[in-house]
Amino acid sequence: MILDGKSPTGPIQQSWDKYRFDLKLVNPSNKRKYTIIMVGTGLAGGAAAASLGELGYNVMAFCYQDSPRRAHSIAAQGGINAAKNYPSDGDSVYRLFYDTIKGGDFRAREADVWRLAQVSNNIIDQCVAQGVPFARDYAGYLDNRSFGGAQVSRTFFARGQTGQQLLLGAYSALSRQIKAGTVQMYTRREMMDLVVVDGVARGITCRNLVTGEIESYAADAVCLATGGYVNVFYLATMAKNSSVTANWAAHKKGAFFANPCYTQIHPTCIPQSGEYQSKLTLMSESLRNDGRVWVPKKKEDCGKHPNDIPEEDRDYYLERKYPSFGNLAPRDIASRAAKEQCDDERGVGPGGRGVYLDFSTSIKRVGAAKIKERYGNLFEMYEKITDEDGYKRPMRIYPAPHYAMGGLWVDYNLMSNIPGLFVLGEANFSVHGANRLGASALMQGLADGYFVIPYTIGGYLASIKPYGTSTDPSEFKQSADEVKERINKLLNVKGKETPTHYMRELGRLMWNNCGMGRSKESLEENLKKIPELHQEFLQNVKVAGTGAEFNQQLEAAWRTQDFFEFGPLLVRDALNREESCGGHFRVEHQYDDGEAKRNDADFCYAAAWEYKGENKEPELHKEPLKFENIHLAVRSYK
Amino acid sequence: MSDHKTMTINLVVWRQKNANDTGKFENYTVKGITGHHSFLEMLDVLNEDLIHAGKEPVNFDHDCREGICGMCSQVINGMAHGGQERTTVCQLHMRKFKDGDTIYVEPWRARAFPLLKDLVVDRSALDRIIQAGGYTSCHTGGVPDANSTLIPKPAADESMDAAECIGCGACVAGCPNGAAMLFTGAKVSQFAVLPQGRPEAKQRVLNMVQAMKDNNFGNCTNHYECQAACPKGINVKFIARMNREYFKAQF
Repeated sequence: MILDGKSPTGPIQQSWDKYRFDLKLVNPSNKRKYTIIMVGTGLAGGAAAASLGELGYNVMAFCYQDSPRRAHSIAAQGGINAAKNYPSDGDSVYRLFYDTIKGGDFRAREADVWRLAQVSNNIIDQCVAQGVPFARDYAGYLDNRSFGGAQVSRTFFARGQTGQQLLLGAYSALSRQIKAGTVQMYTRREMMDLVVVDGVARGITCRNLVTGEIESYAADAVCLATGGYVNVFYLATMAKNSSVTANWAAHKKGAFFANPCYTQIHPTCIPQSGEYQSKLTLMSESLRNDGRVWVPKKKEDCGKHPNDIPEEDRDYYLERKYPSFGNLAPRDIASRAAKEQCDDERGVGPGGRGVYLDFSTSIKRVGAAKIKERYGNLFEMYEKITDEDGYKRPMRIYPAPHYAMGGLWVDYNLMSNIPGLFVLGEANFSVHGANRLGASALMQGLADGYFVIPYTIGGYLASIKPYGTSTDPSEFKQSADEVKERINKLLNVKGKETPTHYMRELGRLMWNNCGMGRSKESLEENLKKIPELHQEFLQNVKVAGTGAEFNQQLEAAWRTQDFFEFGPLLVRDALNREESCGGHFRVEHQYDDGEAKRNDADFCYAAAWEYKGENKEPELHKEPLKFENIHLAVRSYK
Repeated sequence: MSDHKTMTINLVVWRQKNANDTGKFENYTVKGITGHHSFLEMLDVLNEDLIHAGKEPVNFDHDCREGICGMCSQVINGMAHGGQERTTVCQLHMRKFKDGDTIYVEPWRARAFPLLKDLVVDRSALDRIIQAGGYTSCHTGGVPDANSTLIPKPAADESMDAAECIGCGACVAGCPNGAAMLFTGAKVSQFAVLPQGRPEAKQRVLNMVQAMKDNNFGNCTNHYECQAACPKGINVKFIARMNREYFKAQF
């Protein structure tokens, strides 16, 4: 099937304004007759729930955490992009649009990216009105910093806690609506299944994580703002409880999963220190504004104290390879470059899997106090984890899985191929193509939540009669029964190994064979090994406790099971995509200098996969990507 | 850097099935811990051991494991988050302990935080304080340009100092009165120092203070335990600012 993304046609500069005007409206007094389910309360879900509640819809919002303030958006550090051009350094909506398309290696839809760039400015205004304490200069104006993949300063920030402050802004707006009674908040709920009635998304099945009860909720539309899936690699920068579960449930009910092989490996994370490690911690990319990345030129220097290695024996490889972007090369490029150095046995730290991020030049230039003001909390965090002082000794960093550009397929309205199912933020696939630029995730989450879904969902709701919130249709009970049966199966295996053990093993397979470098052989090996490990899991997992209580082991087992089912889809997508682009690097497809080699003739499309049943091969649907405004070109940062 | 030496740690952990159970301390021993294990990774090791031994693992809240989500919440050796300055449990590393140490692990204990299981408590009372007024009532869209109101850098910085609160509840757990004054004071102050927050300042502080009372939080008697326990170093001056805002709101 050739998919239609419903992209507006005509001049791109007017595309969103015109489309918005053409959308049907729901009369204010009719809005209260519609109910919307929002799963996830991060930047996208929190902002959307608040905005939709304020418009007058009834909203039921769900999160697995104990409070909507804790979604993993909170961990974003560096900043949020907007095309304000306050520094007058040549920025514009068009440039942000261009940078994002190019940064995504020409694998995103032009119209969606244009809209994102256009509303980026509204986001900053909105957040300031909410009382988000963005950094200011001494004259009282907003301050900006630079981020990877851009040659202008367009990133707004709140110390190293921008994600936290933006999320708390959305959370405060959400809290206001909860108080006003327009949003009903359900915390400690995990969405286990999507309920589809007559081909339309009508509700969800949840597990109450406190009591263990299986609950059904019905509405007129369901929105998933449930984040990304890179915990499939086990060691990632995601929150421990982030999972593919909600998205996978929707996929199994018919929603197409698009470009799952596009995963972002972030270059500046703290390297792994041992087997027991439960997660990796990211250090904001903003550090690359002032930090210089290097490894020793000579292999024999790798064991030395970095401060004993003289300047001429250091290889500042990003500055060498990419002179115009230098240390601010985009993430995929910086990550692969780090891997190359380590593969060349010039890595540092445990296992030789690390490179230096050195602040000494900047400290000499602007002083340690200035560096502390900019990144103090990051240096503190680094010291807590590694017991090393980043002011005195270069930090050690290594790439780690960080973000999923792929996600559920959506059209321009953010609606999936299932009518009534909308997908927002990281959970969808829409704007980042094959690689996301720094400070663009926060922008997308808030754009979708504040400024896109409030319009587009109205267009859908205006076309249907309210269904009401009754869970009488038999599909609700059927879904709940299936969830209970799946839980009982897990509890009754009574095997020998823990869910964590299996998640770690699955992650190892994914990282080794489908991580920063992917080959036909490694991917095919995974297609064989993952199902074997999955079978072992199903026969040997040990889930302590019962289903009718607070049970974190059961939560972990359920999520692990979904990752086992999802992993092969990611691998299959990577195998299908016989090209290298953005975060997806097939070793067979590279130029002589090791740069990614795209194949526009055969792969200039979004790959949307349809679930065909357990142990059946998924079916590939293609959405061709058209570039009418930006010329398809080799992506160069040299 | 590489810690080849490993530690054996004795743990005394609070176990409680649910809110109705009386609960008790249980003793465990966990081996093979290095200085690079975080406190939560040490508990992961304990749980893997317990599951292999056919016992119930310990439930504890955690999520981001990088000190920002505010989910983790344990009293360690009598101190909320374990007593390392400006540190959440997930960022506390085992290098702060010695081989053979005995460590007591308990949940947040406060009247406003009913216990759910083991080390997990219900902190929704903090959400209700925010719902009472922790926002500016701006609408989505229809707001002025971000640079149209200049905000002096010191005010923006002070607002940010207050806004760093992660809502973990350590201040409440650390307070002998179970007060949420630091939590509420920080949110009141974040808005009080910004021009966007001034129009609703009076009603905000009155409503949020009332919500503290309604949700079973105690009052402040100037112990400063909250500031000592706070993983983000929120200063008690924000309590003073809240009091000042509260008095101003009377007139």
